Amino acid sequence: MSNKDTIVDVPTVNKIARLSRLDIPEANKQSLTNDLNNILGFVAQLDEVDTSNIEPLASVTGHKLPFRSDQVSDGNIEDLVLKNAPESSSGFFVVPKVIE
Amino acid sequence: MSETSTLKPGHIQGETGLWEMVIGLEIHAQISSKSKLFSGASASFGSEANRNVSLVDAAMPGMLPVINEFCVEQAVKTGLALNAKINNVSVFDRKNYFYADLPQGYQISQFTKPIVGEGEVIVDLDDGEQTTIGIERLHLEQDAGKSLHDKHPTKSYIDLNRTGVALMEIVSKPDIRSPQEAGSYVKKIRSILRYIGACDGNMEEGSLRADCNVSVRKSGEEFGTRCEIKNLNSIRFIIQAIQSEAERQVEILETGGTIDQETRLFDTSTGETRSMRSKEDAHDYRYFPDPDLLPLEFTESWVQSIKEKLPELPDSLKKRLVQDFGITSYDASILVEEKDYVDFYQQAANGRDGKLTANWMITELFGALKKDNLSFLESPITSENLGELVSLISNGTISGKIAKEVFSEMMKSKKSPSEIVKEKGLEQVSDDTEILKLIDQVISNNQEKVTEYLGGKDKLFGFFVGQVMKLSQGKANPGIVNKLLKEKLK
Repeated sequence: MSNKDTIVDVPTVNKIARLSRLDIPEANKQSLTNDLNNILGFVAQLDEVDTSNIEPLASVTGHKLPFRSDQVSDGNIEDLVLKNAPESSSGFFVVPKVIE
Repeated sequence: MSETSTLKPGHIQGETGLWEMVIGLEIHAQISSKSKLFSGASASFGSEANRNVSLVDAAMPGMLPVINEFCVEQAVKTGLALNAKINNVSVFDRKNYFYADLPQGYQISQFTKPIVGEGEVIVDLDDGEQTTIGIERLHLEQDAGKSLHDKHPTKSYIDLNRTGVALMEIVSKPDIRSPQEAGSYVKKIRSILRYIGACDGNMEEGSLRADCNVSVRKSGEEFGTRCEIKNLNSIRFIIQAIQSEAERQVEILETGGTIDQETRLFDTSTGETRSMRSKEDAHDYRYFPDPDLLPLEFTESWVQSIKEKLPELPDSLKKRLVQDFGITSYDASILVEEKDYVDFYQQAANGRDGKLTANWMITELFGALKKDNLSFLESPITSENLGELVSLISNGTISGKIAKEVFSEMMKSKKSPSEIVKEKGLEQVSDDTEILKLIDQVISNNQEKVTEYLGGKDKLFGFFVGQVMKLSQGKANPGIVNKLLKEKLK
C-alpha cells in the first residue's frame, strides 16, 4: 500500500459491495471510495513502523484462550432460535429457494 | 473405456500420448465430540430440526465462541497419528461467505496458522504394495447447517443442527497418482481416525467426506490446472469422480482447449462431474483473524500426555500380525482396517494356525456377512467359534470340505462348531479299517472300472477316490483314502 491516495478505486468498491451483498446507489460510489481511501490512508501510517521481527499482538491483557469441557449444556431452544425468523415451518427456518 | 483397462491405474491414453493424474485430497472429518466446537449444543446426528442449536450457533448478536477442549485434543491426537508437526500456537480465522445455512456469515476456520502442519501416512494399495502420501496440514473448523431444497417448490428449509459442529480438515499433498490410490488413502485415514476415536468415520451419515483436487499432465511435465470436486461421501464415488474428471480434462486438452480452475459436483446418477457455475468471485473469502478468539495455545507437556495415551496404530499392528501369526502382509492390511477385525482375529487365532484363521475370516466370514447383508458386529459367528472351527480342521476332526458345511450351519444357528459336528455326526473318518470297508465296497461295485484301471487307465484313480468320499458322505479323510486306495489297487 505505497500510494496512500488511491488504495481502493470504484471497481474495488463495487466488488466489496457485491461480496457484502450491499446495494450502493451509483451516485454515492465516488464519495464512498474517497471516504474509504481517507480511512485506509490514515491507518496506512502504521506501515511506517518496521514490524518485520515482531509477532502479531493478539491480546494486551495476557489472557490465554479459555477451554471448556465437552459437555452438552445448551440447545433445546428451538422456539427462541426461530423467534426472529420472518418465516418458519415445522422447526425449520424457511427462506427463498437457494440452490446452486 | 476398454482400451484404458490395460493401462496402469491413474494413466489415460490420449491421442497425443500418455497422461498422468495428479490428485490431492481434502478430508473433512467430524470430531466425535458430544458438543459443538464453540458452543455447548449437542453435536449428535438425526435430531429434530434446530433442536441442537444454541444462540451462539444461531449467531445472535453478542454471543461469544468458547472452544471445546476435547476437540482440540482430537486434532492433536490425529496430528500425532499422522506423524505430523503439532503447532503449539495456532490461530482461528473467519472465512467469509453468504449462504442461508451459515448464520454467522463466516465460518470459523484456520487459514495461515493451522493446529497441525506437515506429516505423512503410509497407504496400502490393492496390489499389496505401499506408498507414502504427504500431509500438508490439518486444521479445525466449524461445519455449516443443512439446506433442504425439496420440501417446497419455491422455498428452502434450513436446519442449523450441524452448524458449528467440529470438523478437522486434513489436506494431503498432491502426491496421489490414481483414483485407486485416493480410495486407499481415504480408507487409511478413516481407519486411523477410528482407531484413535477422533471420528467415527461414518461416510453415510456424512461424518467423513472428501473434496478431490484433480489435474492431468504428461509424465514429467509441470502440474496442470486443477479442478476441485466437492463433497464426495463414499470411497466408490471418490474413485469414479476422479476417473471421470481426469478423462474430461484430457479430452478438453487434446482438442486444444484449456482447463478452467473451478469447483465441480459429482452427479452420482450420470457418473460425471459438472460445473457448480459459481460466480468467479464466490471464493473471495476475505480471511482475517477472528477477533472473538485468542490464539489457540497449549504446552508441550500436554501434547506429550496425549501421545502417551495413543493406542497401537494400524501400521504397527500390521507388522505384529505378520510376525506373530505368519500371515501375508496383504491379509494383515485387511485385518487392521478396523479395530474390531483385529480384536476378533487375535482372539480367534490365539494358539492356532494363523494363516488358516485369516483365510476363514477374510474369505469365508467376510464373504458370508456380505452375502447376508450383515455388518461385522452383527456376525452370528463369534471369535471363539471361528477359532474352534479352525482347531477342528487343524486336528483332523473334520475336513476342509465338511468345515464349509459346518460354517454355513454356524451362520444360521449360531451354534458352536463342535456341537454341530456332534449333532450331525460329521467327524472325519480317519480310521483305516472303516475306510478300507468303504474301499472294498466301491471296488466290488465297480469291477469293470477296476479292470480298466489295472489295465493302465490311470485317470480312473480320481473316480475311485470320489466314490469312496461320496459313500462316506464326505467324512472320510481324503489323505488316508488316497493312501489306502493306492495300496489296494496295486
